[in-house]
Amino acid sequence: MTTPASPTLDFTATEIMTVAASRLLRDDTVCFVGIGLPSTAANLARLTHAPDVVLIYESGPIGAKPTVLPLSIGDGELALTADTVVSTPEIFRYWLQGGRIDVGFLGAAQVDRFANINTTVIGAYDSPKVRLPGAGGAPEIASQAKEVFIVLKQSTKAFVGKLPFITSAGYLDGGDARERAGIPGKGPTAVITDLGIMTPDPVTRELTLTSVHPGVTVDQVREATGWDLKVSPDLKTTAAPEPQELAALRDLQARTAKAHGQSGGGEG
Amino acid sequence: MAQITSLREAVSGLIQDGDTVALEGFTHLIPHAAGHEIVRQGKKDLTLVRMTPDLIYDQLIGMGCARKLIFSWGGNPGVGSLHRFRDAVENGWPHQLEIEEHSHSGMANAYVAGASNLPFALLRGYTGSDLPKVNPNIRFVECPFTGEKLAAIPSVRPDVTVIHAQKADRRGNVLLWGILGVQKEAVLAAKRAIVTVEEIVDALEAPANSCVLPRWAVSAVCHVPGGAYPSYAQGYTERDNRFYKAWDPVARSREGFTAWMERHVLGTEDFDGFRRVLAESQKETA
Repeated sequence: MTTPASPTLDFTATEIMTVAASRLLRDDTVCFVGIGLPSTAANLARLTHAPDVVLIYESGPIGAKPTVLPLSIGDGELALTADTVVSTPEIFRYWLQGGRIDVGFLGAAQVDRFANINTTVIGAYDSPKVRLPGAGGAPEIASQAKEVFIVLKQSTKAFVGKLPFITSAGYLDGGDARERAGIPGKGPTAVITDLGIMTPDPVTRELTLTSVHPGVTVDQVREATGWDLKVSPDLKTTAAPEPQELAALRDLQARTAKAHGQSGGGEG
Repeated sequence: MAQITSLREAVSGLIQDGDTVALEGFTHLIPHAAGHEIVRQGKKDLTLVRMTPDLIYDQLIGMGCARKLIFSWGGNPGVGSLHRFRDAVENGWPHQLEIEEHSHSGMANAYVAGASNLPFALLRGYTGSDLPKVNPNIRFVECPFTGEKLAAIPSVRPDVTVIHAQKADRRGNVLLWGILGVQKEAVLAAKRAIVTVEEIVDALEAPANSCVLPRWAVSAVCHVPGGAYPSYAQGYTERDNRFYKAWDPVARSREGFTAWMERHVLGTEDFDGFRRVLAESQKETA
């Protein structure tokens, strides 16, 4: 487990991030899920307040209900618990491009102030300092899901003023740039981190801190952000995890650890 | 028409230096044994295609088999980076690796277009992404009916596609199930196809609508039980996650990687030999 959010709190920073992300997923929504943190949060939603959320993974499972978290996108647990398993082209062509996805739930290596995502390179593309895994399904999920949630840990390395590479579009240069580019989905409506929740300003589309997690200060969030982060005048404190939320998350992770000998999947 | 043959003969007869080769399997049914055989036979100048290059591509790239990589996500799934892939892209070791990078949707559509005998794939994609700026093979065309702007990328038409499947019958008809990824499209897009299988049976007993690749769409079927190890083969074996985790430190250094490949792959006759030596080395480190 990671460090506690505060010595007086009985949950960790990663746990509040996962719980906060899971709460955003409403019951009966159709959610295209990335492996790793998004998959953990989406399954927590399914096991708590959203039993009928439909989880779709890019490898082909539709309506997956895994008992333990998948080690990777090809985990048989996803196929065995799904309503149906289709091919990867079908997932992207009929179900995503066809406009049937309510929420795209993504992770990211880096985001910028307009919620654009980089998972490609740090440094120049032709001579990268760090070569990251690449796009995966994210560019089309980010543009074609009706809305997008992004979940990642907050640090100045991850939250950068200008991305070296935009892999997947958020609000591009802000304002109405996304609409002008002809991108159909609404875009990222929430970025959930281990410190708080950021949502786009309705006009400028700049990410604004709208909720801090219990025990976290605004200064902490600003220090972990690589630009001058705006703070909402209606700043809220995220509700602490309910005992049943924590119990469901810890049970899920314990089952997963027992099955796989680790706490869950990473990217991919 | 499918020949039932050894993996060594299939790779030697069907894959030439300089070919475009796709080894597919969306983290399930990854054809590791076939990848090893390509390394053993020292194939080179290959254009390797794969949506999700992972450990087997790390090995092929690190051993210098690849001239170019066409892909959409390269990593050690659930673990982290591919160090040999990164060393090739970041430092040009063991030689420069040309990359052509797409999204999953682009790659999946490119295989469909290849299987459909079309020159390019058409999709709603890449909008707002920087990928078209670095990949000249991502272009945009106007719909002749609506004027809408759509992304176009060349079809993937491999010389050879290699997949691993659960079953074949004695005539070479192939059945696979579970997470199918793009295997069917990749086989049908290719000029030649090699399929390694868990078992060869008298009758497939495939229900209607199953994913069956008829023997006349496949060039070679090779009986390689466990040939997807360390990935999953649903109904047969689970992923060996220890191997994925252990790969990270092995691949971090050029020397460690080379020594590992020499002992486990170049120094073994076939995949059974690899599994035996791996068991020995795992015992040593345990």
